[in-house]
Amino acid sequence: MDAEITLRVDGEEHRLTVDTRTTILDALRERIGNTSPKKGCDHGQCGACTVLLDGRRVNSCLTFAVAHDGAEVTTSEGLAENGELHPMHRSFIEHDGYQCGYCTPGQIVSAVGMLEEVGNGWPSHATENVSAEGNAGLSDDEIRERMSGNLCRCAAYANIVPAIQYAAEHGEGVERGGNA
Amino acid sequence: MTATQAPGKAVGAPISRVEGGLKVRGAATYAYEHRLHEPVYLYPLQSTIANGRVTKIDASRAEAEPGVVVVLTHENAPKLASTDDKELAILQSGDIGFRGQFIGAVIADTFETARYAASLVEIEYDENEPDADFRADRDDLYTPEQLNAGFETDTSVGDADGAFDSAAHKLAATYTTPREHNNPMEPHATIAVWDEDELTLYESTQGVFWTQKTLAPLFGLDAGKVHVISPHVGGGFGSKGLPHANVVLAAMGAMLVPERPVKFALTRHMMFTVAGYRTPTIQRVRLAADENGKLSAVSNDVVEQTSKIKEFAEQTATSARMMYDSPNIKTTHRLAALDVSVPSWLRAPGEAPGIFALECAMDELAIECGLDPVEFRIMNEPENDPESGLPFSSRGLVECLREGAERFGWNGRHPTPRSERDGRWLVGSGVASSVYPVYSMGGNAATVRANSDGKYEVEIGAADIGTGTWTVLGQIAADELGVPFEDVEMKIGDTTLPNASGAGGSSGITSWGSTVVEAVRSLREKIEADHGGNIPEEGVEATAKMPKNPHSGDFAMYAFGAHFVEARVDEDTGEVRVPRMTSVFAAGNIMNAKTARSQFMGGMVMGLSAALHEESVLDTRFGHVVNHDLAEYHIPTNADVGEMDVSWIEEDDPYVNPMGSKGIGEIGIVGSAAAVANAVYHATGVRVRELPITPDKLIS
Ligand code: FES
Ligand code: FES
Repeated sequence: MDAEITLRVDGEEHRLTVDTRTTILDALRERIGNTSPKKGCDHGQCGACTVLLDGRRVNSCLTFAVAHDGAEVTTSEGLAENGELHPMHRSFIEHDGYQCGYCTPGQIVSAVGMLEEVGNGWPSHATENVSAEGNAGLSDDEIRERMSGNLCRCAAYANIVPAIQYAAEHGEGVERGGNA
Repeated sequence: MTATQAPGKAVGAPISRVEGGLKVRGAATYAYEHRLHEPVYLYPLQSTIANGRVTKIDASRAEAEPGVVVVLTHENAPKLASTDDKELAILQSGDIGFRGQFIGAVIADTFETARYAASLVEIEYDENEPDADFRADRDDLYTPEQLNAGFETDTSVGDADGAFDSAAHKLAATYTTPREHNNPMEPHATIAVWDEDELTLYESTQGVFWTQKTLAPLFGLDAGKVHVISPHVGGGFGSKGLPHANVVLAAMGAMLVPERPVKFALTRHMMFTVAGYRTPTIQRVRLAADENGKLSAVSNDVVEQTSKIKEFAEQTATSARMMYDSPNIKTTHRLAALDVSVPSWLRAPGEAPGIFALECAMDELAIECGLDPVEFRIMNEPENDPESGLPFSSRGLVECLREGAERFGWNGRHPTPRSERDGRWLVGSGVASSVYPVYSMGGNAATVRANSDGKYEVEIGAADIGTGTWTVLGQIAADELGVPFEDVEMKIGDTTLPNASGAGGSSGITSWGSTVVEAVRSLREKIEADHGGNIPEEGVEATAKMPKNPHSGDFAMYAFGAHFVEARVDEDTGEVRVPRMTSVFAAGNIMNAKTARSQFMGGMVMGLSAALHEESVLDTRFGHVVNHDLAEYHIPTNADVGEMDVSWIEEDDPYVNPMGSKGIGEIGIVGSAAAVANAVYHATGVRVRELPITPDKLIS
């Protein structure tokens, strides 16, 4: 069964017909031609397909496109503005927060979404006092915990953590999740 | 670092990956992402039995599904020109050798339709009871003719049995490692296009020419008629080295729909059957030493598995032949041929499981001798290679051990297990050595072109699977040319470029880099001889083959390393955490300080993963991997990895290759699992000899 939907992807509107079985991930990759989010498992187990859906990070492989008519989708490609890399992009490059690069767009989108969550005061498993007011701060352990939905088989983790710390501290326009 | 490098100073500098801007945005094109006109999608049919044959396939309901283009089965599959390789010769009959083997495919105009229609195909089997029971006491174990990479199956120097019997200190123990899966984040993927008599493959591969040379004879084509394109690869770890049947299936599918691109990516589930894996091993290790702790016997008798349809014999015990000084060394390998899928390469095939066993045994014997594990290793350092008798081109193990001990804070460690605790956490530390051979692979050529604007292009059909090839080969070329790094443009990952070996055996930079250096030298000579030292207006290029290493045969060539690990074990739950790892490597001249550190670290974490997480569970009744996804087959997440202290010693080795470099893709994984296991023992007093070290093994 087909359905017609509209998705706003990286600021651009797309009107498309999708099979109702089509995930946002496949709609992006196979219909719209945006292959920035990757398919690593198609089961919500790796995070390679992470996008911001109406501002929040989701596994787009677990999200049916038809259920999100009119939604706003941001991929890692969309974080770059006017051809300028996002501070998180630059920090990943500088800190070598990747090797093969396949998990990377998902990591980066996830990191940007994660900082926003921290900024909004959402606690995590690593948060000492979950009932405390305000945000949890951005210790390395907070980052490790909050980024654990994004697997990296190349195991760039120990570079991803400082990459995110650096972007959070120095990146203009990057939400400072921590004690700013 | 993106600032301009001074000419001649690129090698060694921490230069950021040149393709970084593409990768972070998700704009680097992986195999499945090439935009081609009107593609169709292939979804495979896989056998649900492990042994037997297909007796009937009814595809009528699938064929009736709107959007289905064709259903491929052994009844209508193209006949292959060569069927010697039973892993690759799929759909040539209804015979089934393992559960999950490809028995057909549905091709449709969307992925969703192909997947759904595949579920509508009805298949009947004639089923035999599978034999998938891997044990060391089987009476049908056999001796393979040789091991992977051509190593000898069994070796014996002196009399290891006799020396063991009469030794003052000895250790005999059996270590096991489970079946493990490579699981690169990018699933194996192909877009195959058949046009007239030419096959084009957009492929996720560790070697475009490996794929070409494997596929061409299957389809009765000249190699030049198979064009393989693979600019970016989302990890491989060995599983995209030797081509697997997925490529053949995609090519067969494409043959049925000429001119239409056929897209096929394995699902994560499928990667647990058809993409190769590390064999499980059972290793009986015996070590003996005199009263002073000098080794007198080293032996490792290995049992591993292979598939009945194709032999793969891992060289598990080869590192025991050369690691430590002992007058008596014996190794054997025996195989159980089972109704299972075909094992293959997984990062450091041989060394990774073999050194796990040896280095745990060394820890055990050191304790038995009352010696510090670091000192015990150092006192058993060989003068020359115990296997070949040749001198080592360089051997930095002792320096790595000493340096690592210093960095980690090993000295002053209380030798007694369970001597440190932090609340309910038992804290311990462990050490292990690491080794990996310096391999080079033949058949390489490179072209270097000088343009009159002072820019250079370097072409070689090499691969970058996350290894930094795009960047590092450019660094090597730039320094040899004596020009800034930015002035060199690389072209790799395509069979229209000069022939290259693949990314395997940590051989890439040795093989490709030596070839690039040679090509630059040829170009220089040409510019000098034909153009009076000036680059002509129209540019000039030179092609060269990889030179023979004049020192091969004179030296034993290896990289070494030492791992130090802190482990914390929850006394009540058995949970193991590894807050820090310190590893020091002796791997010759390091080509790029930034990417090298990442590569070492990736290997170390994969060793940590083998120690604590990875285990494929086979249901022997059905020959089926039960935990075939990333929710149940565990690999480390960000929260599983603590502080990583990675460094290397200065090592000047003029013999290995013109760059003085040694391969670094694999050495990080070798020994790191043993260091974790030894640290867990030191923390708890419990010696776990079966990987992975799961909580149940610590609290029973
Ligand atoms: S592809 Fe979506 S979580 Fe793995
Ligand atoms: S960079 Fe390769 S999987 Fe993360």
